[in-house]
Amino acid sequence: MKTTIPLIIVLVGGIIGIIFQFIPHEFVQTINDEILNYFRVLSFFALPLGIVSILMVHTGKIRRKAQHWQYSIILILTIFFMIVTGFVFGTDRFDPRLANYGWNTIFMFMFQQVQIPIESTMFSLLAFYISTAAYRAFRARSKEATILLVASLIVMLGQVSVGQMIPIIGDYIPVISNWIMSNPNMAAKRGILLGVALGMLGTSLKIILGIERAYLGRA
Amino acid sequence: MLAVDKPNDKGDQINVMWPPVKEKIRIDFLQIFQKNKSKENLLIENLADKISGKEKDDNILYYDLFRKNLGTGKMEYINRFQSFITNYRDQRQSFKDTKNKLEGYKKMLREQPTYKYYIRAISPLYYSKVTESKPAKMQGQWFNMEKIIALIAMMVITASLFYFIRKAKSDASLYIRPLAGLKEIDNAVGRATEMGRPILFVPGLSSIADIATIAGLNILAGVAKKAAEYDTPLFVPLRDYVVLPIAQEIVKSAYSEVGRPDAYKEQSVFFVSPSQFAYVAGVAGLMAREKPATNFFMGMFWAESLILTEKGNEEGCIQIAGSDAETQLPFFITTCDFTLIGEELYAASAYISKDPLLVGSIKAQDLDKLFIIGCIILGTLLTTLAELLTYPALNFFKMLFPVQ
Repeated sequence: MKTTIPLIIVLVGGIIGIIFQFIPHEFVQTINDEILNYFRVLSFFALPLGIVSILMVHTGKIRRKAQHWQYSIILILTIFFMIVTGFVFGTDRFDPRLANYGWNTIFMFMFQQVQIPIESTMFSLLAFYISTAAYRAFRARSKEATILLVASLIVMLGQVSVGQMIPIIGDYIPVISNWIMSNPNMAAKRGILLGVALGMLGTSLKIILGIERAYLGRA
Repeated sequence: MLAVDKPNDKGDQINVMWPPVKEKIRIDFLQIFQKNKSKENLLIENLADKISGKEKDDNILYYDLFRKNLGTGKMEYINRFQSFITNYRDQRQSFKDTKNKLEGYKKMLREQPTYKYYIRAISPLYYSKVTESKPAKMQGQWFNMEKIIALIAMMVITASLFYFIRKAKSDASLYIRPLAGLKEIDNAVGRATEMGRPILFVPGLSSIADIATIAGLNILAGVAKKAAEYDTPLFVPLRDYVVLPIAQEIVKSAYSEVGRPDAYKEQSVFFVSPSQFAYVAGVAGLMAREKPATNFFMGMFWAESLILTEKGNEEGCIQIAGSDAETQLPFFITTCDFTLIGEELYAASAYISKDPLLVGSIKAQDLDKLFIIGCIILGTLLTTLAELLTYPALNFFKMLFPVQ
């Protein structure tokens, strides 16, 4: 019963979902939109599970005095601080005390002045990691890696004006670069996408038909 | 002038087309009327008689479009269009936008709007005669004919799936090509066990609505089973709180299945943050503190893929990745030891479980792929021949697959 009911729900929901894809009528599409809205509302109820999970992990770390447990205190305090400020002052209500600074509420202040800069900092790490990854990829250790190195050099030079300033071959670099991007690169990309589309379709059908049920916790 | 219901839509649009008027308008009449006391129109002056030669011809600058709701009799001005525009898609308000959707739908059914369209060309000085269309009704369709090929393809794929599943039931020796990344799962888990270090499994950053996430969770089921067998700690940090209870249930069941439910720790599958880079910071911190021996990245990834895998590299982890995000695959291939590319991610569950039904489905997918490749080759040949032989009829095959 524990497996059968979810499987029936998946089967019925999946078939309805497929049928709705082929019926453009407004009445059916409205029902479809409503179902998706309910999904969004229902998924919100899982949020407390997430919060409880974070709290359990980090209170456990504090109790055990695990490595860097002090950060867990900051994390828990920050969670409650954001929840309290969000509920008490609102997330978008205008606060005259902060108006002079161009901010509205404490919640938004924390979001705009703390969270966004921290996230941007994390994102900026990508630039450095791309350099180290590129170094590893472009080492001409094998025939394939050498082809990759040459192709990537041509594409890079084709994207910048310096490439065209190279004597004799400068005029050809953008042409070759475009050819690499629109032929071998596009062909490989479409090959992957074709496989992905079939894989997604196959997996969806397997889930709907109850053949694939590992996601139910029955591996 | 032509007004027709837009085909294959939900029933809220009409396509309106009018022939382009390139030649100059001939002003045949221009009369001025005035209402008298008894509200009758009296002809004051017939200007057309006074306009002669060049003055009678003028360039079109605009078109004015009107519509009349034949149900209510209400005439509305729609818009003014530049002279080079000769079509318009008219759309009524959706009943979804009304406060009471049921009432809105009933009203829509009652009214079933039928419109008549009127257009007139405008020159700097004069209006042309008004042209009207035949009445057109906004009707929703119960089947989208543009998706007929998709429906046929789905039926063919489903049929092949059933055929191979039947075959797999009777013949368990179906062969599927081994994938290096999946063959290495055992070794990677074994390595973590030997080193006494944990395994990190990231089932992507997308929601449960993403098939790649489900594929990642299917692989998690197999990895968790092996981790439970070898008694190797497993960490599953998650970004989506809906995925959390599902992943917990999967890992818990895997531990129970190998007879070690006591070894399962609920806190090993945990929620980190819904924010993309906060999640990355959390997982990178986990790698720095817990020093996992093996990292699995299976599912949907975005810009964070390289940060996660480079951090894993720094920590000296064996890394196996699988994703259908073609923009992130180069990063995974560069930084991971093994990568499942695209569809291999979806096939992984069958490889790990060795379930004949799942293996049969992989065979069906291969057959479908062969069929699609055949269609691509045939389409390319026929289209090329149509160009070379200047015989457009050969394009029929290409026309079967309209690009939407």
